[in-house]
Amino acid sequence: MLNWLKSPASETQVTHGQRLWLYLFAAVIMMLLVLPTLIVIPMSFSDSQYLEFPPEDWSLRWYRNYFGSAEWMQATATSLKTAVLTMLVATPIGVLAAYALHASRLPYIRAAFVLLITPMMVPVVLIAVGAFYAYVKLQILYTITGLVLAHSLLAIPMVVIVTGSALQGFDMNLEQAARSLGAPRWRAFLTITLPQIRFAVVTSMLLSFLASFDEVVIAMFISGGDNPTLTRNMFNALRDQIDPTIAAISTIMILITTLMMVLVAIFGRGKT
Amino acid sequence: MTDLHAAGLRRDERLERWKLFGLASPAILLVLVILVIPVGWLFYVSFVGADGNFSLENYERMVSRKSYLRIFVTTFQVSILTTVLCIVIGYPLAYFISQLPTRWANLCLVTVLLPFWTSLLVRTYAWLVLLQKQGLVNQWAISLGLWDEPLKFVHNMTGTLIGMVHIMLPFLILPVYGAMRAIDKDYLKAASNLGASPRRAFWTVFFPLSTPGLFAGSLMVFVLCLGFFVTPAVLGGGRVIMVSMKIVSNIELFVNWGAASSLGVVLLALTVIILWIASRFTRLEQMAGGGH
Repeated sequence: MLNWLKSPASETQVTHGQRLWLYLFAAVIMMLLVLPTLIVIPMSFSDSQYLEFPPEDWSLRWYRNYFGSAEWMQATATSLKTAVLTMLVATPIGVLAAYALHASRLPYIRAAFVLLITPMMVPVVLIAVGAFYAYVKLQILYTITGLVLAHSLLAIPMVVIVTGSALQGFDMNLEQAARSLGAPRWRAFLTITLPQIRFAVVTSMLLSFLASFDEVVIAMFISGGDNPTLTRNMFNALRDQIDPTIAAISTIMILITTLMMVLVAIFGRGKT
Repeated sequence: MTDLHAAGLRRDERLERWKLFGLASPAILLVLVILVIPVGWLFYVSFVGADGNFSLENYERMVSRKSYLRIFVTTFQVSILTTVLCIVIGYPLAYFISQLPTRWANLCLVTVLLPFWTSLLVRTYAWLVLLQKQGLVNQWAISLGLWDEPLKFVHNMTGTLIGMVHIMLPFLILPVYGAMRAIDKDYLKAASNLGASPRRAFWTVFFPLSTPGLFAGSLMVFVLCLGFFVTPAVLGGGRVIMVSMKIVSNIELFVNWGAASSLGVVLLALTVIILWIASRFTRLEQMAGGGH
């Protein structure tokens, strides 16, 4: 131990002992990054009205509360439907756009790229207010269609960036070879290019799903009526009180996120 | 004959390029219809007065009313403090991780990415639960004798900052880590061989090389803070009012589109200016993608 403290820690002459403060600091920060979120999980199984840790009596009452509430169930269904549809809309059109920008060497592609990543740069409140106004005119306020369109807008920059960078690592000559052997472009794309960038595509799908599932501000404006999202209801509940049901819902949301990440790790694993 | 042929080929190629470009049209159309046109309309509305004519009253209100000035001051206060705290906390952590062997570094990066992936609302809720009056932090601190009375951590600036820093840290750490990983360790070896103390080697060699990542990350954090809504709304408890919250209340409570849109235009202008400055130094997609 003492030897380790005195041994050099990097290319310079600094020793591990001199860096001990850094190790402690890093450990504390990493714990602070992860633990606050995870502590909600055991708390959600508490029997008490007040969230306590560790819970004195364990129970599933907040889960019963959640699953027994028609309101929460409807909101969950809306959120899941919207997230799945957003994934199915944003991924293909985003991948197509990324492919177009990569393959077409027109001078406008830089401008098109900047346009496609603006949804990531514009403050989300502004997108929400704008969409609210547009949806009143288009008469799609409080519909799943409207939610999917707005959430797809948010997801597109991520899909374009993730897929675009994967395409940059892909040798387009392979596609050229397939085409010179007689494959039409769409077939060359589907059978040669797509399998090569599948990790990026799967990641894009996950990102689009989560972008929609976790989104709050836009949903506050354009979801409601028969179709409020889970996050919208959670946010409204948070402003009023600290209902332990939210802890149960949070736990389920953490589970869904983790599940998505594991799915990507399994299906998205590739050479890239 | 050959000339004709070449012209034909060129035309074909141009057509092909346009056809390919057309594949991007669904995405471009979506951005135009849901984002550009509505925001353009907000821009227009911000210059329309209560009487329906062109006027600057929405902007004059922002300058003349103290309450609006306070909102901008708060917004900058929160954004600057969050950015500074993120740098102070995030830079050493990124440095620590960058010094580890890849396998350990990836493990540590999971602790950064895990909250990154978890819902913002869930994380904000978690802090609310931990920091409230009867929350864990107060309970533990009192039982350990650190303080006697429950301290007020939420529904004020402190709570807002804690929550914001927790949410923004990954946006700073990832680009900084990316920049640090790219630094050739031989430079440090060279500095050391030439007699530099570890401190000097760090400040004259390592730190300057990591600044592009630090710069990109800090600006990203700052820009995201400027327009942030959820965390200050929940953890600020109405005492920390930022521009985005005023926009929301202007519409939800007062149905005042003029006031809301002019605030939105100012917020957007600030964002664009900062991103423009940032784009002179780094690639935007690098900022957005966190540099991984």
